[in-house]
Amino acid sequence: MRVGLFVTCLVDLMRPRIGFAALKLLEHAGCEVIVPPTQTCCGQPGWNCGERGSARALAEKLIGEFETCDYLVAPSGSCAGMIKTHYQDLFEGEGAWLARVDALAAKTYELTDFLVNVAHVEQVPGAFSGRITYHDSCSGLRELGVKAQPRTLLARMPGVQLEEMKDCEVCCGFGGTFSVKFGEISAAMAQTKCANVAATGAEAVVLGDLGCMLNIEGRLRRRGDAHTRVLHVAEVLAAEG
Amino acid sequence: MQIQSMHFRARARKALADEKLQSVMQRFGSGFVEKRAAARAELGVELFETLRTVGADIRDRSLASLDVWLRRFEEEAGRRGATVLWAEDGAEVRKLVLEIAARHGLKKAIKSKSMVSEEAGLNEALEANGVTPIETDLGEYIIQLAKEPPSHIIAPAIHKDLQQVSDLFMKHHQRPRLEDIGELTREARLMLREHFLSADLGISGGNFLIAETGSVAIVTNEGNGRMVTTLPKVHVAITGIEKVIPTLEDFASLMRILPRSATGQAISNYVSLLTGPRAATDRDGAEHMYFILVDGGRTELVGSDMQEMLRCIRCGACMNHCPVYQTVGGHAYGWVYPGPMGSVLTPVYNGIENALDLPQAATLCGACHVACPVKIPLPELLRKLREKQMQAKLRPWSERAGLRAWAFAARRPRLYALLTRIAARAMKLMGGAKGSISRLPLGSGWTLGREMPAPEGRTFRELYAARRRRGA
Repeated sequence: MRVGLFVTCLVDLMRPRIGFAALKLLEHAGCEVIVPPTQTCCGQPGWNCGERGSARALAEKLIGEFETCDYLVAPSGSCAGMIKTHYQDLFEGEGAWLARVDALAAKTYELTDFLVNVAHVEQVPGAFSGRITYHDSCSGLRELGVKAQPRTLLARMPGVQLEEMKDCEVCCGFGGTFSVKFGEISAAMAQTKCANVAATGAEAVVLGDLGCMLNIEGRLRRRGDAHTRVLHVAEVLAAEG
Repeated sequence: MQIQSMHFRARARKALADEKLQSVMQRFGSGFVEKRAAARAELGVELFETLRTVGADIRDRSLASLDVWLRRFEEEAGRRGATVLWAEDGAEVRKLVLEIAARHGLKKAIKSKSMVSEEAGLNEALEANGVTPIETDLGEYIIQLAKEPPSHIIAPAIHKDLQQVSDLFMKHHQRPRLEDIGELTREARLMLREHFLSADLGISGGNFLIAETGSVAIVTNEGNGRMVTTLPKVHVAITGIEKVIPTLEDFASLMRILPRSATGQAISNYVSLLTGPRAATDRDGAEHMYFILVDGGRTELVGSDMQEMLRCIRCGACMNHCPVYQTVGGHAYGWVYPGPMGSVLTPVYNGIENALDLPQAATLCGACHVACPVKIPLPELLRKLREKQMQAKLRPWSERAGLRAWAFAARRPRLYALLTRIAARAMKLMGGAKGSISRLPLGSGWTLGREMPAPEGRTFRELYAARRRRGA
């Protein structure tokens, strides 16, 4: 199956290694991976801020780039959620577009959801050992139902010891532009999350979205915690020993 | 009530710096959430979720023919001897209540919780016109002594700790200081008893209006609601027009989900259905019963893209599950309703220009949507309000320009590749050996309380292209 990998704008700019980890996982699962070279952003910033025109323009571009693939997979619940649950809104009442949107939405998956429920992977290629805790990112969890999937995959790694934190489903305070518009509230929410992470004694907090990752890592480092690692689940699953 | 929502930012900052409030909020934090989760598990998750769908359907059905059910309610209530009055806004509510007080020569009003009377700023108007209002819900009583507005719709004094309540009671009751919750409650009860017996006006809210019987349903835990509605000579129930539901059966269905969502109770301690004033054969009840049904901006929502908000049954689950509310508390929101439902209701009832921050002060995490017993898509409504702000040019020009510039670049892959290559390198340099940036020129909001982790230095797309060229 031909899988289009949408790396997302944040992975592209901030953490290319997560894109390569996702690539490795998909190839290991037997997929033929296509990386459309013109891909940029799904349009979520415009959508969440009420700038519909911006979101719409980027949605059109993304649909054109990925609709020929059998699947679209993104290492992000928030970007996959945008495509799967919000694109319809951007094309309301436009039959031809809606048909294309619906077709793409139906084959769009968050990475771990795809690996477990479509590719049915039994083994993961990485080797990682250590005590981790998992933060459930909001869009993946509540828009796409991503909860058991990453845990199922992590459970296939004998070295991984998962220690659940208190309120693992509560938002870390990122919220896109919210984190800049209301920096103090956002940082206070991140602090609550970091305290819950610390209480588990885990050496790494693992998650599935870049926004949460930058937010939690940023707060940990500002608080002087230089050793708790913040890892994308793809990095862990594809880790090189 | 005077709207202060334009000062959200300053009020939130104050709340974050208030250590006492922070410790109270932290302790309260998980209480309601855990109780709801336990009630949901006890009932069975599947049934609970079915009831949410049923609840949403009942509310949608009521709202689809709101005029029909309101007329039916007026007819049925009238047939049973109650008087139904209509108020366009808070000013009319105040006027109507004062007219009733004057007509019957009423001097002292005991009140059970009514958020709509908060909307109308009724207490101040009563006081100014020689009618003494006494709040009798324990939480409302506490904040009335403190001269503060409620900070939560079902737990109005949630922001107060034991010490603060002890101080308030000592000062106002002129009795020795108590520090035991049971004793404090007994003292409040003692003080209120005299008011219950001497009041001539009882003012209540209403959780639901039942169209087929002309009844008002009042859901409480303290029993004060029964005293307020049955002891005084006159009972006035003030509530929003959207609270009407067609039948008692609908009421029974909604009651399976309301207390469970609010306090985690299978049923509240008291559920009262009040139908008409005291009849000749009744042993108790008010001699005169009035309904004041308030619009206050509600009809504007009917048939609009925000109509789903009118489903709200005021359980408070959205704020209990909201991490922003849990961080800043209810007073930051600056009007009657806090949390996610308040962030929608405040701008739609008072004008979006008067509460610009509220729809923005959300991470759109969706916790409110999945907790809501009537499935109000709160994050989507907040997002729509952001869109309306944008359309009305109520956002800073820099925000619109920034978003458009982003979209402009992101639509041009070559330009975008160039800009991201530069950004990845520049930010890596800024991060230095530490690997994180402590001050971002355009993102001071971010770096105020956090580092910005530095990027790896090259973009995925350029690394991937290089790898393809190498033939890997």
